[in-house]
Amino acid sequence: MKTFNYHSPKDVKEATKLASSSSAFLAGGMTTIPSMKLGLATYKDVIDIKNIKKLSGIKVSGKTVMIGATTKHAEVAASKDVSKAIPALAKLAGNIGDAQVRNRGTIGGSISNNDPSACYPSACMALNAVIHTDKRKIEAEKFFTGMFETALKSGEIVEAVEFQIPEKADYQKHPNPASRYAIIGVFVAKHKKDVNVAVTGAKSCVYIDKDLSKKLSSNFSSSAIDGTEVKSSGMNSDMHASAEYRANLVSLYTKKAVEAC
Amino acid sequence: MASLVGSRVERKEDTRFLQGKGRYTADINIANQTYAVFVRSPHARAKIKSVDTSKALKSSGVVSVLTGKEIAEDKIGGLIAGWAIRSEDGSEMKVPGNPPLAKDVANFVGEPIAVVFAETLDEAKEGAEKVKVDYKVLKAVVDPADAMKSEAIHDGVDKNLCYDWLLGDRKAVDEAFSKADKIIKVDLINNRLVPNAMEPRACVVDYNTASEEITLYTTSQNPHLSRLVMSAFGNVAPENKLRVVAPDVGGGFGSKINVYNEEIVCSWASKKIERPIKWVAERTESFLTDTHGRDHITHAELAVTKDGKFLGFKNETIANLGAYARVFATVTPTYLFGPCATGVYVIPAAYSNVKAVYTNTAPVDAYRGAGRPEATYTIERLVEKAALELGMDKTEIRMKNFPTQFPFKQTLVHTVDSGDYVAGLEKAKQMADYAGFEARRKKSEANGKLRGIGVSSYFEACGIAPSAAVMSLGCGVGLWESAEVRFNPTGQISVFTGAHSHGQSHDTTFAQIAADELGVPMENIDVVHGDTDKGTFGMGTYGSRSLTVGGIAIVNACKKIIAKGKRVAAKMLEVNEDEIEFKDGEFVALKSNKKKTIGEVAFACYLPGQRDEMKSPIPEGDEPGLIESSFYDPPNFSFPAGSHICEVEIDPDTGNVKVEKYTAVDDFGRIVNPNIVEGQVHGGLAQGIGQALHENTQYDETGQLMTASYMDYTMPRADNFPDFNLGFTCTHATSNPLGVKGCGEAGAIASPPTVMNAVIDALGGQEISMPATAEKVWRACKAMKKSKAKAA
Ligand SMILES: Cc1cc2nc3c(=O)[nH]c(=O)nc-3n(C[C@H](O)[C@H](O)[C@H](O)COP(=O)(O)OP(=O)(O)OC[C@H]3O[C@@H](n4cnc5c(N)ncnc54)[C@H](O)[C@@H]3O)c2cc1C
Repeated sequence: MKTFNYHSPKDVKEATKLASSSSAFLAGGMTTIPSMKLGLATYKDVIDIKNIKKLSGIKVSGKTVMIGATTKHAEVAASKDVSKAIPALAKLAGNIGDAQVRNRGTIGGSISNNDPSACYPSACMALNAVIHTDKRKIEAEKFFTGMFETALKSGEIVEAVEFQIPEKADYQKHPNPASRYAIIGVFVAKHKKDVNVAVTGAKSCVYIDKDLSKKLSSNFSSSAIDGTEVKSSGMNSDMHASAEYRANLVSLYTKKAVEAC
Repeated sequence: MASLVGSRVERKEDTRFLQGKGRYTADINIANQTYAVFVRSPHARAKIKSVDTSKALKSSGVVSVLTGKEIAEDKIGGLIAGWAIRSEDGSEMKVPGNPPLAKDVANFVGEPIAVVFAETLDEAKEGAEKVKVDYKVLKAVVDPADAMKSEAIHDGVDKNLCYDWLLGDRKAVDEAFSKADKIIKVDLINNRLVPNAMEPRACVVDYNTASEEITLYTTSQNPHLSRLVMSAFGNVAPENKLRVVAPDVGGGFGSKINVYNEEIVCSWASKKIERPIKWVAERTESFLTDTHGRDHITHAELAVTKDGKFLGFKNETIANLGAYARVFATVTPTYLFGPCATGVYVIPAAYSNVKAVYTNTAPVDAYRGAGRPEATYTIERLVEKAALELGMDKTEIRMKNFPTQFPFKQTLVHTVDSGDYVAGLEKAKQMADYAGFEARRKKSEANGKLRGIGVSSYFEACGIAPSAAVMSLGCGVGLWESAEVRFNPTGQISVFTGAHSHGQSHDTTFAQIAADELGVPMENIDVVHGDTDKGTFGMGTYGSRSLTVGGIAIVNACKKIIAKGKRVAAKMLEVNEDEIEFKDGEFVALKSNKKKTIGEVAFACYLPGQRDEMKSPIPEGDEPGLIESSFYDPPNFSFPAGSHICEVEIDPDTGNVKVEKYTAVDDFGRIVNPNIVEGQVHGGLAQGIGQALHENTQYDETGQLMTASYMDYTMPRADNFPDFNLGFTCTHATSNPLGVKGCGEAGAIASPPTVMNAVIDALGGQEISMPATAEKVWRACKAMKKSKAKAA
């Protein structure tokens, strides 16, 4: 690892002031530190945001669950409030990676990194989340723009993620046996008016499967999607899973999720 | 006094290992040390046109940069193959040179080309980035199946063939096959594995400019062998000027038998730059350069009668050696593999033919089980398939072909001293509730799942090994083991062993044995190993040899102590030696019942006199002191055996395989410490089940390792396993005085076929290769559905 300047600002303002084109925010470090160690990324300044109190914590209101950016996966998994409001979200957090990763990794880091096989982005999409940054509010749909890419501008900091509480929801995941990231993750959320089926792991970026969502919106039962073909074209194919296998898992886990709702 | 052998004594090692108090090579720092970083080939095969070190030498903090040129100029030797194998046509094996730093060609990704020493690790890394190597990339030979048809990667190694070896009698096999009712055939791939010791390799070298002695702290399973190889072949320093210390070592599994490039280079360089050197592998370096395991392509056939008697066996295998032939690399797919491939069965005619090939991949060498997992996989897949094709019960066909007489002269090489294979399988069946399986299968089926059961019965030849026997087969050294038992004047005892513990708990097991022999509390005994400056020469730990060879040397040394103790006690008690009996730590004069404890005798041996009287307790012809040593050369291999039964449940929608039950019944002869033995079995099973279901080493067609981190290489985790159901049958070995057999590798040997037989059973006999990953199994399930639909 190359040497760098370490900063530990006390508030968001200070953090953003330190930010530059050769800096990185450090949250859980679960992605940042390995990539620095492997020499894939080098930074002049590393800005640790874990000591900014405002960025951590969980707040549940009538309609939404607001999770601070540096809240750890383990905290979300263990939160009684989250479990009550959106059990599927607590379940998702509790199955991320392994215990070590959950005790360090954060929701803000996860969505800012936007790994194509990360779990949280699917929850954001299905639960119509709004991402609060130091500058603006961004709808999930517009936030995740591509493989490891988001709408965040340089130096922009995620402060919290606000999830809409659905009527019902479930998350189903087929973990990569090695890393335990999602080979496929399907987040199904039934809202008052419509149903969202968000898929992660399948393509270069999380997406809503419109066909499945539509069918389930008119009839929220697994039989509604019987025989619906999930196309494998455009899906990832790598040594862990072929596109065809991934497509099979998407339809399978969508059904499982609906049944579990 | 109750015997300690056989009891669940808590591990002496627990304190340091469970509390983070171990002292590993990376924990050692020498004042003024430099840090080494190696420049490694990014290409699987390339000509090295030039190496430009000028920029690196100017880089901040860099002390020195050395390349293949300097090491060749200093005539430092390379890595060696320790076992000479002859081809069927009588020709000697072809072994290319393996220089510690590649000078002219690089033959696998990760092969070291140059090394940078700097004041800090960061500076060394930075320096390494500035070494400019000009490569001409050549087409790599990656797939062992194509190696013999590809361009030769080493000069003088035609067809990339190291040897084409035969064991057995082709003619007799042909005859047997001509009488068969049925011939069972399998095509198998024994997947390549990365050993993944928890502790990456490391070395710290301290060169003393005054005494000219090099001290090498290193992650080795056999420090004496490392010293011997570095001295005799490496020309690094004479043995008396080279001290090799292997302190706590965090797992080896065979991958730390070899003396590696880095140890040779750093030892040589420390003298050259007159500075201590520290090198610690990063995990990526471990993936790329630790010797890998397995990697066979096998076609095997079993000739059977219609009532399930085995008549003949043939085995045609291509073994991938990787880029170079390392220490045990050439024997692993031959004498450690071929003889065991006929399994626990009476098979009148058999042969094993193995072609070992070079490819542009990491060298392959011994890995837990070394050859015997491959052998067991071959025969046990065949036997299971035979049962299926003949419509026989899996256990019945095995029972039918087990030997019932011991010693059992196995078809190809070994004479197995003892065993009871029927008892082992019976016990496994009972423990696994084999009879209740059909009901469980139905229950799974009702839940939309596929359930399968698999059996494997194995024996293996370990406890390596009788020196004359192995040397007659090409081994470059004898495989005896040494021990020294040293009493201090005040009665504590140091037991020196040439074996090396890197997870095997020798501190405990060996202390139990010595305590029983000497009749002293275990607390009085310290087991010392891992330092060539302490104790006599030893051959190290691999091939489940520590107890069956090293342990016996300890017993024999203790017996010598008792023998001398008797002479001394006799003189002290003023009786004849034959009137002395040694029992529970005391020398007793039978008639008078007067006694001397072994502590008193030891004290007298060191302080042989007393005030005002001219009197020594040391008998004439004896010398003072109480130290005895033994070099034990075993008369035979050790032959643990057993039967394992596994049950899996498959979800046909995802292809996920869940190991529901795993029963292992092993015969390790007399068991010294059940806790430790169970731990060894658990570890072996984890590795074997890992091979069957999870682990796979993949190179792409250019020779890049695709699975070079834990993000892509599936290391099994605790939640991949059920609680293991372990049982033992204890037929004592007749070839050693303790009656013990090796237990370190059995789990990894027996489990891959057991699991795969269960998976294939669940899939209705459809063959599938290791690792049986979810997608592969899902595809097989789909095919099964299709063929069922067709049939209906
Ligand atoms: C072995 C392993 C298994 C994993 N398995 C899973 C899994 O199953 N599912 C899953 O979803 N994830 C998984 N992850 C990812 C993990 O959960 C983390 O969420 C992820 O690594 C990043 O989070 P972090 O808090 O560690 O962020 P960091 O590594 O600290 O940061 C990641 C990136 O986000 C930026 N960043 C961090 N916080 C902010 C912020 N508030 N505002 C703006 N930018 C920010 C950083 O600058 C950096 O570029 C796994 C990771 C590992 C190492």
